[in-house]
Amino acid sequence: MNRRVLPYLLSLPALIVCIGIIVPFVIAIYYSMQRYNLALPYLRGFIWFGNYQSLFTSSEFWKTVTVSLLYTVFTVGIELFLGLGTALLLRRPTTFNNIAAILLLLPLMTAPAIASLMWKLMTNPGFGILSYLISLVGITNFKWASSPTTALFTVILVDIWVYTPFIMVLLIAGLRALPRQPFEAAELDGVPRTFVFFRITLPMLMPYIITAVLFRLIDSIQQFDIIYAMTQGGPGDSTLVFQVAAYLEFFQYTNVGRSAAILMVLWVITYVLSLVFVKNWRRLRERAHGAV
Amino acid sequence: MDHTSPLETIFRRVALGVILVFFLFPIFWIVLMSFQTNEQILRIPPRVFFSPTLSNYKALISGELITTVGSLKLTFMHNLWNSFFLSTTSVLVALVLGVPAAYAFARFKFRLGEDIAFTLLSIRFAPPLLILLPLSLLFNEIGLSDTYIGLIWVYQLICLPLIVWIVRGYFEDISPDIEHAYRIDGHSWAQTFFRIAVPLARPGIAAAGLLSFIFAWNNFVFALILGSADKQPVTVGALAFVTAAGISYGQIAAAIVLSILPTLALALYAQRYLVEGLSLGAVKG
Repeated sequence: MNRRVLPYLLSLPALIVCIGIIVPFVIAIYYSMQRYNLALPYLRGFIWFGNYQSLFTSSEFWKTVTVSLLYTVFTVGIELFLGLGTALLLRRPTTFNNIAAILLLLPLMTAPAIASLMWKLMTNPGFGILSYLISLVGITNFKWASSPTTALFTVILVDIWVYTPFIMVLLIAGLRALPRQPFEAAELDGVPRTFVFFRITLPMLMPYIITAVLFRLIDSIQQFDIIYAMTQGGPGDSTLVFQVAAYLEFFQYTNVGRSAAILMVLWVITYVLSLVFVKNWRRLRERAHGAV
Repeated sequence: MDHTSPLETIFRRVALGVILVFFLFPIFWIVLMSFQTNEQILRIPPRVFFSPTLSNYKALISGELITTVGSLKLTFMHNLWNSFFLSTTSVLVALVLGVPAAYAFARFKFRLGEDIAFTLLSIRFAPPLLILLPLSLLFNEIGLSDTYIGLIWVYQLICLPLIVWIVRGYFEDISPDIEHAYRIDGHSWAQTFFRIAVPLARPGIAAAGLLSFIFAWNNFVFALILGSADKQPVTVGALAFVTAAGISYGQIAAAIVLSILPTLALALYAQRYLVEGLSLGAVKG
């Protein structure tokens, strides 16, 4: 077979899938510039950036932006802190540490939507174990996901439960792949441990941290499953993040144009993040594969 | 690191203990709940020791939920079957499409190759609803909405990037010399691919397959938007089940256990591949 045709032939199916994705994407761009409500088909028309204009001048949209950013910053921040801490605790490959690391992966393997249901059962005001436990320390009126003041906290908690292991497992792999010599040299010279951590461990681990954090930033700002299963964006708009807002705009208000515009704004954010990711990712991959 | 003070050792153990409890207790507690009757669940204070019952699982498996107001038909087992069917077929399709492509990206340097590979990677990062919402209207028009074929097609969004990127890494790590030697012996390209390259990359292919099965199983939003109750997997079905079951909390817990059990078991089995899979091959475990 012709060597020049072969690679194209082999990647043709993947190419077709790519096209299958690009088509709806282009349609989404087109929708985002239309006045398009499924309930009012006769009003449909092209309005350029009208949807975006109305988004950027609406306080509800800015509330969605705020909630999404709060959600992202808190989940990724806390997950990085906890994940790095756990990775440092489990750094040495002892049998106990390895078993602990594997068990800690289980939340990550739980479907996020199901994880929300688990936490719903545990935070039930009637019999939920968490409601019971905090009542022991005197907090009796904590309403978890059913109060607008604590709903965001509750979904963030579920996200932390599910995704901290992701950062943990990447950083354990990173820590164990670090060269030994700098640490041995530092030990011989009697360099203080905090100095070793901030001047050797952390800088060398940085590419891994960046990879893990970018993965999480991109996924977290798009979170849908956990929030939809727990609160559907409510109560009120207290947990209404980008994708949930777009979902409700589409299915509840049948406003296709506005929904597409919300998603396009989200796409621009994730696209910028993924460009940074690909750059960093290439470097890491070269390091991982180049060592062979 | 070897001369840690006793105080630090204690601190490390306590910290690790707290972390293990936080991450494992929810699973443990839901499993306990699934073996309790509603009366046992509603008891205050909650108890760790109780006489376990299998009635919740029996109700789910027989598809008949007995409540105080009467009996209710359950489709939960059908949802479980849907999850199994959708995940398995999606992974098989993705392997058939993805492994040759991964081989092409690893072995041949061609311009379009990198473009396709990175388009696949960017799919992994795009907001799923951006694709799904237009697709739901499109599917309505071409008659693919609420079909297994439509869903399996969309599941490629998860499975294909994962398989292409992981398997590509494995192919790149195998020296092409063996393949060259085999080719010189007069074997065709296809023979080389199937008899030499694929067997050598088998661990990578297995890892990618297992991982994409887990992610396909855990997916929620695809079938929420593109499937009706009849085609929905267990993630979406469980949500509907919670509404239907009302206050039958034991059954809800049992449904949760049944829906997470397969992925947790697979993850324990495939754990040494997880790091590479989760980072799309960027970090080696």
